[in-house]
Order: sequence, then structure tokens, then C-alpha cells
Amino acid sequence: MSAIDPSLAHQRREQVLMTLLAAPAVLVIVALVVIPVGWLAAQSIYDNGFTLEHYRRIFTEEVYWRSFALTFRLALTVTLLTLLLGYPVAYAAAHAKRPWNVLILACVMLPFWTSVLVRAYAWLVLLQRTGVANQLLERFGLITEPLAMVHNELGTVIATVHILLPFMVLPLYSTMQKIPRDLMLAGASLGGGPLYSFLRIFLPLSLPGVVAGLTLVFVLTLGFYITPELLGGGRTVMISMVVSRNVELYAQWGAASAVGVVLLACVLAIFAAVGRIIPLDKMLGQK
Amino acid sequence: MKTSLLPRLAFGLVVGLVLIYLMLPVLIIVPMSFSSTRFLTFPPPALSLRWYQEYFGNPNWMQGTRMSLMLGVLTVLIATPLGTAAAYAISNAQNRLMRSLHMVLMLPLIVPIIIVAIGIFFVYAKLGLIQTLTGLVLANVMLGLPYVITSVVAGLQSFDKTQEMVARSLGMNRLRAFLTVTLPQIKASVFAGAVFAFISAIDETIIALFVSGGQYQTLTKRMFTALRDEIDPTIASISTLLTAASFLLVLLAMSGQKKEA
Repeated sequence: MSAIDPSLAHQRREQVLMTLLAAPAVLVIVALVVIPVGWLAAQSIYDNGFTLEHYRRIFTEEVYWRSFALTFRLALTVTLLTLLLGYPVAYAAAHAKRPWNVLILACVMLPFWTSVLVRAYAWLVLLQRTGVANQLLERFGLITEPLAMVHNELGTVIATVHILLPFMVLPLYSTMQKIPRDLMLAGASLGGGPLYSFLRIFLPLSLPGVVAGLTLVFVLTLGFYITPELLGGGRTVMISMVVSRNVELYAQWGAASAVGVVLLACVLAIFAAVGRIIPLDKMLGQK
Repeated sequence: MKTSLLPRLAFGLVVGLVLIYLMLPVLIIVPMSFSSTRFLTFPPPALSLRWYQEYFGNPNWMQGTRMSLMLGVLTVLIATPLGTAAAYAISNAQNRLMRSLHMVLMLPLIVPIIIVAIGIFFVYAKLGLIQTLTGLVLANVMLGLPYVITSVVAGLQSFDKTQEMVARSLGMNRLRAFLTVTLPQIKASVFAGAVFAFISAIDETIIALFVSGGQYQTLTKRMFTALRDEIDPTIASISTLLTAASFLLVLLAMSGQKKEA
């Protein structure tokens, strides 16, 4: 028993080496994500002694649960809209011939790599009272008074859907691309009409992409900050804004921490639930 | 499969409209940036370079730009080697520990940035790292790591590891084998990861809002503050430049990846 199998020792050494190679990166994440979030959690229950006061307020004070309700409602709206708009685009990208498929993907990717700030600014310009959208609508005689499309929920939804649409299209596209064409042809040869084949063959096979897209968009909207802050006009107060205001304006660090912890718990619960169906790294690969 | 013309046309129309919606902001920003007036009329009454002059002539915007560029470069210089080493470890050791470490390394993509941002704000406040370059660089390295790791892990997946083993059996030490045999073949993935980390650092706004300031204010923080107060058309010119820059960088990164594949 004294002699260690040389291959085993080698394996052990290899493992240690690999762990050491990953260590610096892991250290950065621990120092800048795990510890700060842990600090947050500690601060949410410790205020000159253990307290659940901050959590009690989330459930009793209207400001908080209203904001949570608004955030979830917006996330649901945005998620459904991105699916509705993204599915046809992904379908077209997966089925169009060159150069059309490249063009479609380029149209999806260009805004994807454009700064969120830039896009928020563009939507402000487009949607404000004297903005381009109102000017055009008025010129065509569709409206007589400018519509209020920004500094409210509508503006937030329009811009958020725009920013998150690629997160829906990309997982959908990569799933649809792998669906064999022959299956649809087989369906047709067996007498299924195009709609029937689509509903019974294509749609079910594209569901993993749908689930991945829905999860990503929903979770990302829950934590959205810049867009609602700039386009919501101070009235669309999402959870992220409650958090930042408690820090910046009121110096209520305990309250901010508790709200942050609840938001994080929601996000982790969603990822954990969906992670049972689709591996998490597959989902995040899209991001 | 035959589908009649009408549904196909309707489908094409829907896709076309969504694509226009996707491209609209980018398409609107460029002409706005060349407008001669402060008012946001479209099309602009006359063309001018006024807002570009405003941007390049304003010391505050220039300071923010220099700061963001420096931040981007420093972030890439740190995140790329750290991320590449971690990616190498992940694709070589397929054990349970490494799988959980991989999960940990993806945390910046999972935890909402606003939560990370205030957590970092609290910790930095205790450590005196607020409004410092070190603090900003560290936070952006953290955000950039998942991009580098994802890109390099994908690159290593399509690389034949026996080549490195052959080099080592011929007497090269591991580091040299990696640098002379493996790295040249995955360099496009490393480069792509570095580009994404750079863009992420340049674009990052939320953490910068909390921890940057004074002489270390990033361009995005200045833009955000300007947008919150009033719509300054200078932002259209900055936006155009930013979009053009990130578009060129992405094209560069993608063309590299194509060649490799």
C-alpha cells in the first residue's frame, strides 16, 4: 500500500496544476461578486444587531411591493413581446438562403453590440413629444396631438424589448438551425399541410430555444436599470431603481440590501428551475 | 415545401418590420449627429460637424473618453491572461471541482449587475477604493472574465490536444508547449474574448455610476448624467463614434474566428 500508483500521482499533480491555473480568475470573481453580494446579504439582516425589519418593510410598505409587482409585470410583457417578435426573425434567419440569412443576423447583431446607453438615447430622441415618431405620425395625419411614448411605461417597454430582442433571437436561431429540414419534408409527404407540420413538428422541436430565450429575457428584465431610469421618466420605478435610490438618495443601505437579496433570490430560483430542463451553461453561452 | 404566396409575403413583411425596429436607433443616431440644430428634428435641416466639434473640444468629454479607453486597455491586459488560464484549466480538467469553479466564473452573467454594483460600492467604501482607477479596473476585469473564458473554452474545444502532448513528449515544458503549439492555434478565440472584454469595459455604466467619479469618471457615466438632465445632441456624435468603433471591433474579432474555423 506504500507505493502510490504513478499514474494516480500524475493525475493528482495535474489536478492541482489546473486548479492553480483557474485560481486567479476565481479569486477575482470571489472578491468582486461573492464577497460583495455576501456583504449585502449580511447588511440586510444586521443593523446594530440581527433584524428582519428591512424584509418586513418589503412586504408591508406599498412602495416596495408595488415596485416588485411592476417589475414582474414589465418583465412578463417584455418577455412575451420579444418571443412574438423574435420567433419569426429567428425562423427567417434559420431558413433564408445566403445572403439574406447573413443580413438578418447582422440586423440582430449590430444593435446587440451597440451600447445600451446609445440605444436608450436613440429611443429618447425617437419617442419624445417632439421626436421623430410623433413628427412622422403627425405628418401622415394619423394623430393630431403628440403621443406620450416616453417618460412612461410604454417607452420603457419599447426600448427594453429592443435591447433584449437579440437574447431571444440568438438561442431560438441556434436551436432552429439544428432542426433537420427532412423532418418537415417528411411531414409534408405524409400529407401534413405547412401549418400542421409547423405546429406538430417544428414548434415542439424549437421549444428548448424558446425556454432559453424566455428565461434569459425575463431574468435580464428583472434586473434592468439604465433603460427604465432614462426612459421611465421617474414614474416607472423598477426594483433596480428602488435599490439604487435607497443607496444614492436616502443612504438606506440596509433597505437597499434587502431588496437586492430578494431580487437575487428570484433570479437564482428561476435559473435553478429552468436549469433542470436546460443546462445553464448552454443558456448563458448566448449572452 | 410549397407554401402559397400570400402567407410568405405576410411573413416577410413581419420579419422586415422587426428588422427595421432593430436597426432604427442606429439609423437615427447617425443623421442626428450631423445635424446643424439643437432641436431634434428629422431629417436635420442642414448638415454640420458642430456636435463632433463640441465633443472633441470639451475637456470633460475628452477626460471621460481617455479614462474609458485606458480602463478598456487595462481590463483586457488583465482579464485576457487570467481568463485564458482559467479556460485552459476548465477544458483540461473535467472533474467536479472544476465544473463548480466554471459555474463560479460565470456568476457575473447570472447575478443582476445592479446587485453586484451596490455590493461592490459597499465593499469599496470600506476599503477606500471608490473613485480609484484600481477599483474600476478590478470591477471590469470581473465583468470581462466570462467573455474571455467562454470564447477560449470554445476555441479549445475544437483544438486537438494531442498536439500539445506530442510537443511535451518531445521535451518542451508545459508552458512552452502551450505558448508555441496551442496558443497560436486558438489565438483568434483569445482575441475575440479580449475584444468582447474591451467592449464590455467601454460600455459598462452601472458599476461606474456608483464607484467612478472625480478625475476617474468614465465616458458612460458622463453620458448617463447628461442624458438624465437634458438631451444634449453631443451624445449623438459620441454614440455614432462608439457604435462605429464597437462594430469595427466585432467585425475584426469575427473575421479572426472565421479564419480559425
